[in-house]
Amino acid sequence: MISYPFDYVRPETVEEALEHLGGDTKILAGGHSLIPALKLRLSAPDKLVDIARIASLKKIKKDGDEIVIGGAATHREIMDSEIVQKHLPMLAKGASAVGDPMIRYKGTMGGSLAHADPSADWSAMVLAAGGEIVIQSKKGTRTVPATEFFTGFYSTALKDGDILIEIRFPVPEKGTTMTYQKFTQPASRFALVGCAAARLPDGSARVAFTGVADAPFRDKGVEEAVGDWSEAVLEAAASHAAEGQNINADHYASEVYRLHLAKVYCKRALFQLVIE
Amino acid sequence: MSNKYIGKSVKRVEDKRFITGKGRYTDDIKLVGMTHASFVRSPYAHARVTSIDTDAALEMPGVVAIFTGDDIKETGIVGVPTGWQVNFKNGDTMKEPPHPLLIATGSTAKHIGDPVAVVIAETYAQAVDAAEAVEVEWDDLEAVTDPFKAAQEGAPLVHDDARGNLAFDWELGSPLDEVNAAIDASAHVTMLEFVNQRMIPNAIEPRSYIGHYDEASDKYTLYTSTQNPHLIRLLMCAFVLGLPEHKVRVLGPDVGGGFGSKIPHYTEEALVTWASQQIKRPIKWTETRSEAFMMDAHGRDHVSKAEMGFDGEGNIKALRIKTYVNLGAYLSTFGPAVPTYLHGTLLQGLYTTPKIHIDLCGVFTHTVAVDAYRGAGRPEATYLLERLMDLSALEMGRDPIELRRQNFIPAFDGVEQPGYQTQVALQYDSGDYHGVVDKAMKMLDYKKFRKMQQEAAQNGKLLGVGFSTYIEACGIAPSAVVGSLGARAGLYESAQVRVQPTGKVSVFSGSHSHGQGHETTFAQIVADKFGIPMEDVDIVHGDSDAVAFGMGTYGSRSLAVGGSAIMKSIDKVLEKGAKIAAHKLECAADDLEFAEGKWTVKGTDKSISFGDVALTAYVPHVYPQGLEPGLDFASFYDPTNFTYPFGCHIAVVEVDKETGKVKLQRFIAVDDVGNVINPMIVDGQIHGGLAQGIGQALLEGAIYDENGQLVNGSYMDYAMPRADDLPMFELDRQETPCPHNPLGVKGAGEAGTIGSTPAVVNAVIDALWSGGHKVRDITMPLTGERVWRAMKSNS
Repeated sequence: MISYPFDYVRPETVEEALEHLGGDTKILAGGHSLIPALKLRLSAPDKLVDIARIASLKKIKKDGDEIVIGGAATHREIMDSEIVQKHLPMLAKGASAVGDPMIRYKGTMGGSLAHADPSADWSAMVLAAGGEIVIQSKKGTRTVPATEFFTGFYSTALKDGDILIEIRFPVPEKGTTMTYQKFTQPASRFALVGCAAARLPDGSARVAFTGVADAPFRDKGVEEAVGDWSEAVLEAAASHAAEGQNINADHYASEVYRLHLAKVYCKRALFQLVIE
Repeated sequence: MSNKYIGKSVKRVEDKRFITGKGRYTDDIKLVGMTHASFVRSPYAHARVTSIDTDAALEMPGVVAIFTGDDIKETGIVGVPTGWQVNFKNGDTMKEPPHPLLIATGSTAKHIGDPVAVVIAETYAQAVDAAEAVEVEWDDLEAVTDPFKAAQEGAPLVHDDARGNLAFDWELGSPLDEVNAAIDASAHVTMLEFVNQRMIPNAIEPRSYIGHYDEASDKYTLYTSTQNPHLIRLLMCAFVLGLPEHKVRVLGPDVGGGFGSKIPHYTEEALVTWASQQIKRPIKWTETRSEAFMMDAHGRDHVSKAEMGFDGEGNIKALRIKTYVNLGAYLSTFGPAVPTYLHGTLLQGLYTTPKIHIDLCGVFTHTVAVDAYRGAGRPEATYLLERLMDLSALEMGRDPIELRRQNFIPAFDGVEQPGYQTQVALQYDSGDYHGVVDKAMKMLDYKKFRKMQQEAAQNGKLLGVGFSTYIEACGIAPSAVVGSLGARAGLYESAQVRVQPTGKVSVFSGSHSHGQGHETTFAQIVADKFGIPMEDVDIVHGDSDAVAFGMGTYGSRSLAVGGSAIMKSIDKVLEKGAKIAAHKLECAADDLEFAEGKWTVKGTDKSISFGDVALTAYVPHVYPQGLEPGLDFASFYDPTNFTYPFGCHIAVVEVDKETGKVKLQRFIAVDDVGNVINPMIVDGQIHGGLAQGIGQALLEGAIYDENGQLVNGSYMDYAMPRADDLPMFELDRQETPCPHNPLGVKGAGEAGTIGSTPAVVNAVIDALWSGGHKVRDITMPLTGERVWRAMKSNS
């Protein structure tokens, strides 16, 4: 199809981009969700503000004890980043689970998080890695922990006039391991169920799911049940995966099967952390 | 004659333009004054149009014209016909309700996307905007999409005059009472109730048409992404619009895949042609991908019950089948032929089954029309037979390959030994079925695999192997036979070989490439037969003004039928050339031999080249008396029989015990497609075919909800096979020449699709049995959830 008409601007800086926001404006980054929606006429903005080439949003750096990924860094840039590979290998590896090569060269982590598709890969990984989302508006800059960022079905803490400028992760303490395990939806290649998990040196866990419910979530029930990380305890912990969640259903996975997959992939993720 | 090209993997001459983006598809063509069309389509699967209001839309910027179903109704144009008539068992005429170009007020839309109006505007964007402004009021009605349910009492009717939603019922084979008796007397009967799911073809190029009426010449031109330009012209002129055929030119430029979905004559083709005459300007319409999902003729969609009876020794004694076939809302061009003459007739398979009976119902539903989809009927027949064979082996505790071998038709070459007469109307041409199995089993290393499988099972892993030994019928023919079976067209092919004065050769073929590589394969043949470089041969196709009436490309027919037509013209050229050469060399034509591009007087070094003879033919100064000038021959080739490729496909899978996810580990295909002209192209055809066949087994399938909405009409929801879903294919070949065509070729376009699907499903079932899950069937596609549920309910 063909989209409704819209204006298009490509600002050089975040500040300039903020000036363009308001009204029926949409922010364009990689465009892999937005452009199809425009072409199907499911979205009809007056103006697109293209932030994909704003230099400050492309950076991937180590900033003290944090790793910072710019809001417009592409999946491929994250995959190839030596900083990410060194400090957050789960993200470098996880990037390769996103879409296909063409998508990875254009799509961005920031765009994926802002769009908040309930089956997106990054959301679970950002939750498990303890990420924080940095948001800028004309009023200033604020930081929202990933655990508070996802608020529901395609909805986030982002408000009109906001730009997601970066994602910050604590540099993991020595001995931390993380993994992302995904059952791929065969058509879209999104996560039918994805489980990202981290094992911290103090024996605690962060376990997050995508694809299971309306929004990605940290699973406190599982996290509190990992105990001594012995096989039997982990298996028992995983059997409580996604408890209390409203489980999604579609033609690839009924509620029952999806919940089953959540348990299986939780177990696989936890077991993987023990091996690593 | 030389042997420079035939049998060699010559690189495809067409690929340079395709790979460098210089292909010329219909949508690439821009005509002066061209307008653009967009359709207003039904959002319901079954709904009565109560009013159509175009007033607001007509006021939109750039709108040139809007036509509705009411306008079409006034013209008296009834709609597009089918190309095949299959009458009821009792002799009653097939129900063929009209398939209107647009739905009129008071009539009902019969599937999602059924068009009500077309908006023509200066730009495509303007046409789309204005189409949104057309106001249609609908009375939403109950819909039915499943062929079995549609055939039941009380189901909503698609057409008022088709009772029970039946277009026809049909049977083939031995008398039913004999089959019943043989089944009853069997020591073991394997019964399977199953679905062969509906497939969406997904050619990479969506359909695209340009209708152009030229007032000055009073001629029409239709550019169309079709597999058969002449067939479209005939149907559109003679049966839809009543246009004079000699005033209509149909061009099929580069076409980006079809898989059968570009055989049918579609309403939109006729509509842009008709409307162009109304507005006296060219009109282009290119469908969106969403429209392609919704509107392109779908494939398969059978609901079947099959029973195979064996004696105590494992010999097949009888096969009994009842099938409900979903035809969609309208009868597409080949719609009635696919489940009958391309499916029922293949149920002998490779086996000596003495009694076979198929009974089927062709059923209307509120879904888009179903037509040929790569393999067209033959994959459905193969799926049925080969699923039954592996399942029977499991149930009887027999080895699946040994069970097959025991029942195979013995080898025959069709020359020394006669063809094999089946119980279901066909006579196989030649075959050596054990040969392909021998090769494939060696590649598999069967003993080693079974050992691995046992070890895997002990370690809690599910490995499985599945087999499929298939036969297909390609190059559907001859015309007299298909005519007696209800075809409304012949199934010959045309070819003209025009030797130019300089010895260059133009070949005009009625076949039409939509990716098959005709420009290479045909040129290889012509170049070798004339002993000239391939660069000196040009293949012209896809233009009804340039090419004699041809039937196009489908059913793996191009080389076997179209290539044979070219061979006929080549022979005529060589025969006349020999007369000219003899005159120049002052000898009798019989004293000449033709080799390496020249005629030589036998036993001498006196010779004349092909090029010199060509020049003499057009500059006939020294020339045989009474012989016409020129070296240009047209031929029509009507085959005496189908061709019958066959093969053995083997799939090895691992099933994830916890999730049911299937991983295809290996795929072995040994195919016998007769003689091979270009092995690389044949391998490419097999690869593509395998991907599609495996896609049906594991990934693809249209889903309509209870209201007739297409649930998975996008690539976000409809899973196409991708490279990383597939292992490296392991291919080999056997070459049993076709005894009845001059090239000895059988056809390779559909073999991969026909053979592969049951092998994969069989492998999954075998894997589950190895883990103690005695699962008999899982409905395709074998998604993780379906396999997981099958394991859970059979543990």
